[in-house]
Amino acid sequence: MDVLKQLRAYYWNERWLLVVSIICLILSTAIGVVYPLLMRYLIDDIIKLEKYNEVLTLSLIVFAVIVVKAIFQGLHGLTGSRLGNRVAYNLRNALYQKLQYLSFQYYDKAKTGDLMSRLTADMDAVRQFIGFGFAQFLNLFLMIGFGATIMFTIHWQLTLITLATMPLLVYTAIRFESRIHPQFQLMRQAMSNLTTAVQENITGVRTIKSFAREPFEVDKFMIRSDEYKNNQIGAAYIFSRYFPFMEIFSLLCVVSLLFVGGNLVINGTISIGDLVAFFTLIWFVIGPMWGVGFHINQYTQSKASGERVLEILNHYIHVKDREDAIALKKDQISGHVQFEHVNFNYPDSEPTIIDFSLDAPPGTVIGILGGTGSGKSTIIQLLLRAYNVKRGQGSIKLDGMDIRGIQLESLRQAIGLVFQETFLFSSSIRNNISYGIKNVSMEEIIRAAKLAQAHEFIMELPLGYDTIVGERGMGLSGGQKQRIAIARALIKNPTILIMDDSTSAVDMETEHDIQMGLKEIMKGRTTFIIAHRISSLRHADEIIVLDNGKVIQRGKHKQLLEQDGLYRDTYANQYADLIKQPEVQS
Amino acid sequence: MSTTEKALKSTRFIYQDDEVLEKPFDWSVLRRLGVYLKPYKNKMIPVILLMLYGAVTKLTVPFLISLAIDNVIDPDTGNGNVSFLAIYAGTILGLYLIQLFANKVRIRITNIIGQQVIGDIRNELFSHIQKLSFRFFDKRPAGSVLVRITNDVNALQDLFTNGVVNILIDVVLLVGIVIVLLTLNFKLGLAIMLTVPLMFIVSTTLRKRIRRSWQEVRLRQSRINSHLNESIQGIKVTQAYTQEKENIAFFDEMNTSNRLSWNVASGLNQIFTPVLEITGGIGYFILFWYGTTLVQSGEISIGLFVAFATYISQFWEPINRLGQMYSQLLIAMASSERIFEFMDERPSVEEKEFPLELPPIRGDIKFNHIVFEYEKGRPALKDVDLEVSAGQSIALVGHTGSGKSTIINLLCRFYDPVEGSCEIDGHDLRDISIHSLRSQVGIVLQDTFIFSGSIRDNIRFGRLNATNEEVEAAARAVHAHDFISRMAYGYDTQVEERGNVLSMGQRQLISFARALLADPRILILDEATASIDTETEVKIQSALKVLLEGRTSFIIAHRLSTIRHADQIIVMDHGRIMEQGTHQGLIDKKGIYHGLIEAQYRFLEEVI
Repeated sequence: MDVLKQLRAYYWNERWLLVVSIICLILSTAIGVVYPLLMRYLIDDIIKLEKYNEVLTLSLIVFAVIVVKAIFQGLHGLTGSRLGNRVAYNLRNALYQKLQYLSFQYYDKAKTGDLMSRLTADMDAVRQFIGFGFAQFLNLFLMIGFGATIMFTIHWQLTLITLATMPLLVYTAIRFESRIHPQFQLMRQAMSNLTTAVQENITGVRTIKSFAREPFEVDKFMIRSDEYKNNQIGAAYIFSRYFPFMEIFSLLCVVSLLFVGGNLVINGTISIGDLVAFFTLIWFVIGPMWGVGFHINQYTQSKASGERVLEILNHYIHVKDREDAIALKKDQISGHVQFEHVNFNYPDSEPTIIDFSLDAPPGTVIGILGGTGSGKSTIIQLLLRAYNVKRGQGSIKLDGMDIRGIQLESLRQAIGLVFQETFLFSSSIRNNISYGIKNVSMEEIIRAAKLAQAHEFIMELPLGYDTIVGERGMGLSGGQKQRIAIARALIKNPTILIMDDSTSAVDMETEHDIQMGLKEIMKGRTTFIIAHRISSLRHADEIIVLDNGKVIQRGKHKQLLEQDGLYRDTYANQYADLIKQPEVQS
Repeated sequence: MSTTEKALKSTRFIYQDDEVLEKPFDWSVLRRLGVYLKPYKNKMIPVILLMLYGAVTKLTVPFLISLAIDNVIDPDTGNGNVSFLAIYAGTILGLYLIQLFANKVRIRITNIIGQQVIGDIRNELFSHIQKLSFRFFDKRPAGSVLVRITNDVNALQDLFTNGVVNILIDVVLLVGIVIVLLTLNFKLGLAIMLTVPLMFIVSTTLRKRIRRSWQEVRLRQSRINSHLNESIQGIKVTQAYTQEKENIAFFDEMNTSNRLSWNVASGLNQIFTPVLEITGGIGYFILFWYGTTLVQSGEISIGLFVAFATYISQFWEPINRLGQMYSQLLIAMASSERIFEFMDERPSVEEKEFPLELPPIRGDIKFNHIVFEYEKGRPALKDVDLEVSAGQSIALVGHTGSGKSTIINLLCRFYDPVEGSCEIDGHDLRDISIHSLRSQVGIVLQDTFIFSGSIRDNIRFGRLNATNEEVEAAARAVHAHDFISRMAYGYDTQVEERGNVLSMGQRQLISFARALLADPRILILDEATASIDTETEVKIQSALKVLLEGRTSFIIAHRLSTIRHADQIIVMDHGRIMEQGTHQGLIDKKGIYHGLIEAQYRFLEEVI
């Protein structure tokens, strides 16, 4: 119930729906109990006492009872489902909002599959429970309560004898649930294994066909398919072990009712109408008993689901605005970036950045070169405030202000970042390019695309700028995607442009054209270029060479070539052929 | 645009639908599904018998009770003989006890058969998909193939395990109850039966609307799920571009339309049972009123009256279940159609009936007047002629889309040319068995594919029966051994496709090791090594040298050193071979190749 309390915010506004739903359920169940009593009256009074003139009235009452019960049942269902849908809506919005603001740190650890399952399956379980589960659980007690009470008032001994097998039924039902539950887990795991195998198979179909490994894959698949099948059969076995017993415990009630109840009628203790009423009333008790195990299980599951959902909602947001953070307009920012003795390590990791300092006045181009894991991407992520530099670990300043004192939105709007791994949304190329800004004209989009050397290939596509890209859309090459991402950054007119290995899949000629274009528009603004290829950052005003998080060399291209070190080695390697073979000079 | 699409004002994100849309009832689909049941025909017989037993028991018991009431219990008509009562109770008990065992056995057999059938369908679908060619996979996102093998097959699960049997039970029960009622008292039976058509009409009409509404829900739900997935994947872009608020507004719209469609669907669902109950109430009214009249006139006894009441209450549950089953059946049929769609696909690259087993390849390759297009109207190769001698290394050079990858695709017979032929050692590729071809041709692609398993398993993928020593030797030769040994569990380290355990460079080295282990006669490789640091690049270059020794090789080359040392350089542009020759020969020609090389120098020297 604690989970219910914590989720209160999401259904409290609609609590009247919950109240109406429960009241309708109570009324519906209560009225339902009237039917066996009407039957009793029919037999004992109308037939036995030959009050046949009352038949029509009674029949109409029976119909009315059924109608009223159905109406209340329907109202219960309608209000319950409305409530459940509202709760789902509220929760989903809240979860989505939260996810938009959770920091990079959270997403580094989170697994997409796990998040998705919380957003779908767990959410659905909560919706189901609040909308119906809770009420139905209540209903178990109502039915047993109403039914048993009436039976007791007719003849308590008969009631006890008839319902003697109920404890056995409940016990079996609970045992069944405890057995089937882990089996369901196994089934889910087997299905997940199967899905993974198929997913890998399809993603790697080219490799598989290259090595002619189809038979191997089929064997691998069949093993998992069989495992899944056996799990399912295992579940069926559990059903077959418990259900027939649960059934017979219920049916024994009928047998004992017939015999014992029949005897009581024979010796005149109860009337035949009483007996007939009993035949209906026992199901008021037996029915719910079947469900006891199920409902306990459902409650445990819903509670677990609720907790998983709450975990996201309550999660700590690592990077957020301080209360006194300043908002800056884009034209107020000139783009002077300073790193002062910055140290940084990812949680539970070795230091990634050690004593990094940099002064980049507006208009400079800074190149950062280094191997994998040298810390290049981390530096610019710190500038973006994807992670916070901890107190005492140095500071990053924009126009002289520590970025922790600037509103995130202001900071990020001034920065145009092209990530190392390009991600495009399922949408048109036009929408993807204009993702970062509002109210942009087609001319501006084309202008940005031209600068990124993307306009040409876009126009060659059948639908041009309206081509849908993204996971299910048109497959673009790596270089094409990168250029769209560059256009996406450029269209923001950023004060600070950051390109993280953004032309790695683009050939030298195109890269060169892009660089020429950038030179024009980034005049007076700051650019950061991170790359492996010297050709990408050769022209920078300052090139910083990183190794294992430390700055080992810095300076201009020509200076660095004169020094012994990683820069020159890299240059030698990348330009080896061209340097050694000058025969082309015409 | 669908109606739902129009309803969404914003097209900020666009998700194409791949949902199961209900199709009208189709006997041919059922028949085709029935074929899968055939092997288990014999096992079905005991199931049907057991099921019949259950139905008969259910029909008999109320009658026995009515007899007990009339003959023994009723103070007016019964003999009050307790031992007779005991016989009745005992008989019923006996019937139930037998049912206990009958059900146990039935549930087991039914599920075993059902799961076997589903397993057969699943395995057949998967095996068939393996046979299909690249063209099939080009057109379909991985998700849509996955969903056929998992979700669609599972949709059939309920049908084959419980569905078939339940349908039979319910039909038998219904027919049985009708017969019993009409037999016990024709007049009353008939009167009550009048409500049945009414119930059917109400049920069918409502169900249709309910089905449609759930379809809407499923469509919207799947869009929401696609968006949720994507928004998690792209969260870094969203935050870097401060689009959180805009996304939240978009989502709210999606969420609202989803909620509204849920309200309609669940609302209809909730009123379905009450409406049906009210319709059924008419039957009760008739029973109470007309039935009592018949009791009054002595035509039926109290016991019979009670029996009628019991039968009626047992009546509408099967009707309800059959209705539900019908809905499920329609969805199952839509799923089966999707499954059959795949099963009916023929591979576009098909083996001849009696293909030649290619003997160990020498490596002489010939392309004769090849014309090829991936899609009609957009030729990828236009009249390509090529001749390569065994042991030669060929460098393919040109812009994206010039046709380099296409040549490689044709060489491996991933596609067949539209015109012309490819030959290896004089044999047309279409005459030889695909397996003997591909097992001798090694391919290293730009997208290195690492699957879940150990590093050792991944390398061993090249030759499944390789020993651990051979695996290690291959890794050593490509300079991968060092980084592997430095890992926590060495060769046994578990890696995954999307995992972060290996860097790009490391993945590439592993795929080289794989290719080396396979020991192919012809090696094909795409050299692009974007995003790899210099140190690893050096390793890869030396690994390449090892790999290329003595084999005929085709390389989509990017590095000048690779190109320069090739025996033949092929310069391609827009699907044609523009220039062919050695490095020096092409330089002297002062054509396209010369221009490309010169451009590289220009960039080197130019100051930006």
